[in-house]
Amino acid sequence: MDKRTTEKEAVAELADGMTIGIGGWGSRRKPMSIVREILRTDLRDLTVVTYGGPDAGILCATGRVKRLIYGFVSLDSIPLEPHFRKARQAGSFRASELDEGMLQWGLYAAAQRIPFLPTRAGLGSDVLTINPELKLVKSPYADGEELVAMPALELDAAFIHMNRADVHGNGQFLGPDPYFDDLYCMAAKRRFMTCEKIVDTPDLLKGGTLHTLKIHRAMVDGVIEAPGGAHFTECPPDYGRDEAFQKEYAATARDPDAWDAFRQKYLERGSEAEYQEAVRKR
Amino acid sequence: MSDFTRAEVCAVAVAEAFRGDGEILASCFGTTPAVGARLAKLSFEPDLIMTDGIASAIRNVPPVSGPKTEEDIVEAWLPFRTIFDLLWNGRRHVMMVASQIDRYGNQNFACIGPHEKPKAQLLGMRGAPGNTISHRTSYWVPNHNPRVFVEKVDVVSGVGYDRARALGEASAKHHCIHRVISNLGVFDFDTPDNAMRLASVHPGVSVDDVVEATAFELVVPNDVPETRAPTDEELRIIREVLDPEGYANKEVA
Repeated sequence: MDKRTTEKEAVAELADGMTIGIGGWGSRRKPMSIVREILRTDLRDLTVVTYGGPDAGILCATGRVKRLIYGFVSLDSIPLEPHFRKARQAGSFRASELDEGMLQWGLYAAAQRIPFLPTRAGLGSDVLTINPELKLVKSPYADGEELVAMPALELDAAFIHMNRADVHGNGQFLGPDPYFDDLYCMAAKRRFMTCEKIVDTPDLLKGGTLHTLKIHRAMVDGVIEAPGGAHFTECPPDYGRDEAFQKEYAATARDPDAWDAFRQKYLERGSEAEYQEAVRKR
Repeated sequence: MSDFTRAEVCAVAVAEAFRGDGEILASCFGTTPAVGARLAKLSFEPDLIMTDGIASAIRNVPPVSGPKTEEDIVEAWLPFRTIFDLLWNGRRHVMMVASQIDRYGNQNFACIGPHEKPKAQLLGMRGAPGNTISHRTSYWVPNHNPRVFVEKVDVVSGVGYDRARALGEASAKHHCIHRVISNLGVFDFDTPDNAMRLASVHPGVSVDDVVEATAFELVVPNDVPETRAPTDEELRIIREVLDPEGYANKEVA
């Protein structure tokens, strides 16, 4: 099956109030062309599940997020995402902050179609206070231990970015870490994979070992070729993080006029191609 | 005895915190902890496992400053999901920073003020809840003052002894806050109720200095020893091998 589609068609499936998962980690291999496409719509009140980077910062700063379910939000080389920080301090969205491992567990539970997975992570911490919906579960075995019952994080849609993919939805990561992209896909009803390059299936193994074929086609509904789609986050070995651009982005959190100008110059372009052109011309 | 800086004393105290850990992953946040853990590996804890900060465990011990002297020798693949597996498995000792810490070792680096609308968003919960309940944890505070060593933390990211005890033995069996190291001294929880105790003061620091810089009532033994000074060999490793540009000296107040 040829699953090729576009950012526009994928994002058109979203509706206000949906829960979406965004793959990658911090400022690493984020499906940013999808985030930019969301900005071209009127989507609002999203619940966003993420190991957050600029995806979280941009969506919070543009008022798209009603609730953020996250393990952290960081730009890596800039430890705290400044747009996220600003939105947090304004109290502009509901912050469902979890321990990093709990977020994986919630995605894994949804991927396994079970209601929760038990973990010690969270016990005794204020993760349980700030997320009062989290419940404990007692081991039915002789130990009787109480654990956190991390609920399944079921997603309406998931978006991930891979280095290579074929038109059928098989995806390949060529960098050091698969992150949790497979879990996002398996936790979601609709699954979209952007990639640097679509290749013929036999060519996938020319780029990396068998072990890099982490995403298989039963995880994916739509494939989008998006060269530079993770910009300005890193997507090794295709490209590193655009640190200069990230600094420019981060600095705009201090100044509403600078943020307006940045959005107009880059983010409020009519298409991904125009964004990439604006980045090249700077 | 050689002259040494406060940061070098702190680095040695960090190294001492990893003494006896054996073949576990040593994870560090902050420059001085990175220098200290690497010092431990190069001297008395050669089996410590360390990462390149991305997704590989590396066998060599690179410097924290100055030019890279050798290619990394990768010995294992440690992507984030393997790190979670490993930390829940318990074979790890993490040294995290504390923006606030209380007498029982409850730590906050999430935010200042109420979580729903903080006055200052800090790093967030990150892995602190899972780390502290799963394996040995220590803390690093480069600027010891009463706004950090507080009576009550605004948000509990890392779990302290009073909260761990309240969970019961089964849940808390892997909880251990091993050491807190600040620019003024070394602290442990080796007291009947696991309240924080002043274990040693760094050379040039008085017990009164520490007590004044701490907003809660610290357990202070009658005789507080001095944190041991770096040996000449440790100073050589720190200055020539690990931190030739002296980054740690810039971190320590």
